[in-house]
Amino acid sequence: MTDRGTPLVELKDISIAFGGIKAVDKVSIDLHPGEVVGLLGHNGAGKSTLIKCVSGAYQADSGEVWVNGTKVEINNPRDARDLNIETIYQTLALADNLDAASNLFLGREIIGPGGMLDDSKMEAETRKIMARLNPNFKKFNVPVSALSGGQRQSVAIARAVYFDAKILIMDEPTAALGPHETQMVAELIEELKAQGLGIFLIEHDVHNVMKLCDRASVMKNGELVGTVNVDEVTDDDILAMIILGKNPKDAAA
Amino acid sequence: MTDTSQNDPATASAPDTRGPLARFLSDTEIDTRLLGMLGALLLIWGGFHIYGMVFNGFGAFLTPRNLWNLSVQTSSIGIMATGMVLVIITRNIDLSVGSLIGVTGMAMGLLQVQILPPIFGLGNPMIWMTTVVCGVILGGLIGALHGWLIAYRGIPSFIVTLGGLMVWRGMAFLAAGGRTISPVDPTFALLGGGPRGAIGSTGSWIVGIVACLGVLWLIYAGRKSRIAHDFKLRPVWAEGFLAVVGCAAIVGAVMLVNAYPIPKGIIKQMGLAEGTIISHGFAIPVLILITVGIAMTILMTRTRFGRYVFAIGGNPEAASLAGINTKWVTLQVFALMGALTGIAAVIASARLNSATNALGTLDELYVIAAAVIGGTSLAGGVGKIYGAILGALVMQSLQSGMVLIGFDAAVQRIVVGLVLVLAVYLDNLYNKSVK
Repeated sequence: MTDRGTPLVELKDISIAFGGIKAVDKVSIDLHPGEVVGLLGHNGAGKSTLIKCVSGAYQADSGEVWVNGTKVEINNPRDARDLNIETIYQTLALADNLDAASNLFLGREIIGPGGMLDDSKMEAETRKIMARLNPNFKKFNVPVSALSGGQRQSVAIARAVYFDAKILIMDEPTAALGPHETQMVAELIEELKAQGLGIFLIEHDVHNVMKLCDRASVMKNGELVGTVNVDEVTDDDILAMIILGKNPKDAAA
Repeated sequence: MTDTSQNDPATASAPDTRGPLARFLSDTEIDTRLLGMLGALLLIWGGFHIYGMVFNGFGAFLTPRNLWNLSVQTSSIGIMATGMVLVIITRNIDLSVGSLIGVTGMAMGLLQVQILPPIFGLGNPMIWMTTVVCGVILGGLIGALHGWLIAYRGIPSFIVTLGGLMVWRGMAFLAAGGRTISPVDPTFALLGGGPRGAIGSTGSWIVGIVACLGVLWLIYAGRKSRIAHDFKLRPVWAEGFLAVVGCAAIVGAVMLVNAYPIPKGIIKQMGLAEGTIISHGFAIPVLILITVGIAMTILMTRTRFGRYVFAIGGNPEAASLAGINTKWVTLQVFALMGALTGIAAVIASARLNSATNALGTLDELYVIAAAVIGGTSLAGGVGKIYGAILGALVMQSLQSGMVLIGFDAAVQRIVVGLVLVLAVYLDNLYNKSVK
C-alpha cells in the first residue's frame, strides 16, 4: 500500500489495556482517501476499542496516530472532531430527550446574535441534511426517543456527515436497520467514498464487507490477524481469518 | 433538497379531523402539562376558599391579602426550585439546600450586624449590598465544593449533599454559637417583602406594562423567526389569543397586588395622614423570583450550558462523546444551585428580620417536591423552570391554605406528603397517555 501517497489515517502499534487485559495489542492499520476499510472480528476482538482511540473516547496506552502525515494527539472527542474525524457509534450516542436538531449540533451549536442558541437555524439546517439523507424523516420537533431505529440511525449519520468529515468511523451502522434502510446506508457509503472520504467500517456481516469495503482488517483477541484486499479474497478466507485467526497470505506462503 | 412542504403540516391540504379542543391546543401550542398544573392550582385555591366559607364562615384564601402573602412565601422555595431542576435533570439530587440557607443566612447575619457596620458606619447602603454579594458568593462556593466532590471525586450527589445537610447546619450553629442575629440591616430587610418591601402601585403598573410589552415582543419575534426559516406558523387568532391571555394575566396580577392596601398601623408609622390608602404592589422578593425565573429559563433554553445540562441528563455518555466536559458542567450546576440558595437565604432571613441557625430547616424537601411536582423527572433529562416555580406555588398554597383553615401541623405534613406522591403518580399517567 505504499504507492498510494500519504494515508489519511495511520495507526501505528496501538495498544490499550483495561486492568491487565490487553484489549488492543500493537495494532497498525491505515486508511486512504476514498477508501473503505472494514474492521472485522468476534465480539470483544478489540475493534470498537481500537476505533475509540481514534474518535477520542479512549486514549491509547502506547502507539501513534498519524493524520495526513502528521502525528496527532487525540485526547478527547473534541480533538477528533477538530481533525475532521466523525464517528457513528454502535449505540448511536444520541441524547434521547433532545430533538434531532439538538442532537445533530450537540457540542457544536450554532450561536446567534447575543450569544444565544439559534434553534431555528439549527432546525432549518437539520431539515436540509435530512431531506438529502432520509427524505421521509418528518419528526423534527420530538425527542429522538420517539423515533424508530432507522430514524435514530439517520440522525446519527446526519451528525457525522453534516460537519464535512474527512474521516468517518462507522460502528455497525446497519445493525438495527431493515433491508431498505441498509441499502440507503450502502448508497451513502458509496457517495461519501466518491467524495474522497476515508471510512472505517466495523461490520459483522461478511457479505456487506465484500460489497462495501476495499480492504478488510481482521482482529482476534486484540491482535491484528491481517489486512487483505477484498477483491483478492473470498468470503471463506475472511471467515477463516475471523474464526481461526489464520492469515490467507501466510497459508499461501 | 426535497420540497419542504412535505415536512410541513401547515401547508398540507388534508382535512383536519381533530376535535376542536385538540385543534385549539395544538394551534396555540400550549403545554397541556402547564394547563394541568394551573387547573390543580385553581382547584386548591377554590377548595380552600370554599372550605373556609362553609366551615369557618368566611373564605380567606382568595383575598388580595392572602394571595399577596402567598406570593412572598413562595419566593424563597421557588428560587431554589429553579436550581433544583438543573440538579435533578443531570440525574443528581441536592439535599443540602435547607442547611445551606442556614449557614449562608447566618454568615450574612453576622456580616451585616457585627462585621460591616464598624467598617462602613451604621446604615450605610454598602452594608446590605456587600452582604448580599458575599452571601450569594458563599452559597456558590459551597455549591461548587459539592459539585467538585460529585463530578471530580466521584462521590454520589446523594451522599455529598446528605453530608452537607448535616455539616452546614452544624456550621450555622457554630458560626454564632447558637445565637439568633437580629435585627438585620433595615435596607436588607426590604428584600424579604413586607409592607415597605414592596414597590407600590405605580411601580407595579410599570412592571406590568414592561411585562406586557415583553410578551408581545416574544410573540412577534417568534413569528418573525418562523417566517425567516419557513417553519409552520401559529394561526393569527392563536397568536392573538396568547397575547391577550398573557397580558390579561399580567394586568390581573398587578390589579391584585394593588388591591391589598398597607395596614393602618404602618401608615401611621410612616408618618402619613390617617385614612391614606397605599397599595402594596409587587413584593420585592416576588420580583427577584420572577427575574431569577426568566434568567434561568433563558439559561436552560437559549444557551449552550442549558443544552448541555439536558444532554447530560438524557445520555451522559453521548454528551461526553459529543465533546461536552460533563464534569465541569456538573460542577457549574451545583455552584449555581448554591448561588441561588444564597439568594433564597437573603429573602428568608430578610423576611424573618433575623438570622437563626434553624433557618431553612426541611426546605430541601419542599424544594425537591416543588421541582418534581413541576414535572422534573427524577430519571433525569426532563424538567422545566416554570414548572418548578408553579410547583413551589402549589406546595405553598397547600401549606398556607391549611394554616388558614386551621389544620394543625401534623395534618399539614400528611397532606403535603400525600399530594407529592399523588402528583408524581398523575404525572406518570400523563406521560403514558402522551406516548
